[in-house]
Amino acid sequence: MALSSGNGQQQLRKPFPVNWLLRLGWIAVLAYIVYASSRLNVSWDRLVAGLGYGGDFLSRMVPPNFSRWKLLLEGLIESLEIAVIASTLGILLSLPIGFLAARNMMPGWVSWSARALIAICRSFHPVIVAILFVKAVGFGALAGIMALVVASVGFIAKLFAEAVEEISLKQVEAVRATGASFANVIIYGVLPQVLSRFIGFSTYQLDSNLRNSTMVGIVGAGGIGGTLFAAFQRFDYDFVAAILLSIIAVIMLGEYVSGHARRVFE
Amino acid sequence: MTLPEADPQAARGDPPRPLAIRGLCKSYTRGKPVLTEIDLDIESRGFTVIIGPSGTGKSTLIRCINRLVEPTSGQVLFEGRDVVRMGRTELRHTRRRIGMVFQEYNLVERLSVIENLLCGRLGYVSPWRAWLRRFPQSDVEHAFTLLEAVGLGDLAYQRADSLSGGQRQRVGIARAVMQSPRLLLADEPTSSLDPKTSVEIMELMVNMAGELEIPVIVNIHDVALGRRFADRVIGMSEGRIVYDGPPGDLTDAHLNSIYGGGGWL
Repeated sequence: MALSSGNGQQQLRKPFPVNWLLRLGWIAVLAYIVYASSRLNVSWDRLVAGLGYGGDFLSRMVPPNFSRWKLLLEGLIESLEIAVIASTLGILLSLPIGFLAARNMMPGWVSWSARALIAICRSFHPVIVAILFVKAVGFGALAGIMALVVASVGFIAKLFAEAVEEISLKQVEAVRATGASFANVIIYGVLPQVLSRFIGFSTYQLDSNLRNSTMVGIVGAGGIGGTLFAAFQRFDYDFVAAILLSIIAVIMLGEYVSGHARRVFE
Repeated sequence: MTLPEADPQAARGDPPRPLAIRGLCKSYTRGKPVLTEIDLDIESRGFTVIIGPSGTGKSTLIRCINRLVEPTSGQVLFEGRDVVRMGRTELRHTRRRIGMVFQEYNLVERLSVIENLLCGRLGYVSPWRAWLRRFPQSDVEHAFTLLEAVGLGDLAYQRADSLSGGQRQRVGIARAVMQSPRLLLADEPTSSLDPKTSVEIMELMVNMAGELEIPVIVNIHDVALGRRFADRVIGMSEGRIVYDGPPGDLTDAHLNSIYGGGGWL
């Protein structure tokens, strides 16, 4: 045993045992990256050539051209409207869906069906959902709103369900013991425990919908994305630069506002 | 307050016993009973203390009374009506008249003290009013008066999670009293408190029960504290009642039969 010291042959004890399985895992990941790059023809030469194009592209972007500011503003306002409407609807839908998905509140078959619905909402990227809605209801903001509602439900309903699953059931039990109805148990026993987290998720979702709303336009679902895509196709790179800068400004403003909103509610 | 159901005995001017438990059994897993054939009568006044080792079913027994735990078989007759066989609405209406105090207070941490007190009235207000915090003014007045009575008058708008253990348990008791209960249950109400606060909490429960003129059933693991306040002691061991009598008659031999023999006494 290690305790029998004095023997010169004492084995060194290691505090961190070597995990060969983990090492092999990392080596496998590395090998796969090398293999995948070679298959996709990603090489140094390709990168150098690409950087050449990139330099040309960048030089055509400056100075940004704000002369068509009316078009730009119109697109931005539409994006903003899409984001706000989609977030509101998405949050309102997520509340009940997320609640139904909480396994500690609902019987199994309810929570599993709610979870399945959330999983479907999550399984596609908003761009794909936007394409589906453009095909289904036609070009324009309506498709964009619907796509982002789906994205919002997929995201916050899941987070909300998890928040509800983490609540302290002792508090719920105490409210139940007063003879409160199920609705009152929810209002007094559950909601106070999850409200601040839910507001956090919601402002985060508004942020992310703002970002997404600038993108759904690329597939024809309304907003600044459409303008951006058109400018790309006409090689109006100076106008592209103007649009990109405006989007950055809007997103930063959105972050500032949602950060403040969170603090107000805390 | 009018009772939701008419009781034939009550109509004869002979009020039924507040609580009568008949042949109550509970097992969480089949074949491993936690409670076996419990029979217990609680008279209309008095402080009943249940003692016994951990895991012997004290807490389960208390929770079977208001069906926070579903009994496996037997009867729990609250004012003559069997709680075990009640439908949801009747059960809710019964729970309104049974106050409960918890070991870890079980306050809604993020609500204010006064909101926690008003939780005691949630069995009476509609969800709409609960959501808008529009409790009847009489309830609000009652809550403030009660808060004064438990010595927390200046903490009404504090959040419950900012209080000390003793203060929280006072709120827990006040919440139960807000229900205007006909029976007060307490599950290890002093286990998380220091000895001095424990005595104060027990005194508060005795006083409140005296004012409401209702019986109290308390689980406790501190035998000395339990004896000090009890009018009647129930000793439980392995899911059965092994002692039932006044605290004065409780001998070391009884305690040995409740907790098992040994040099702990």
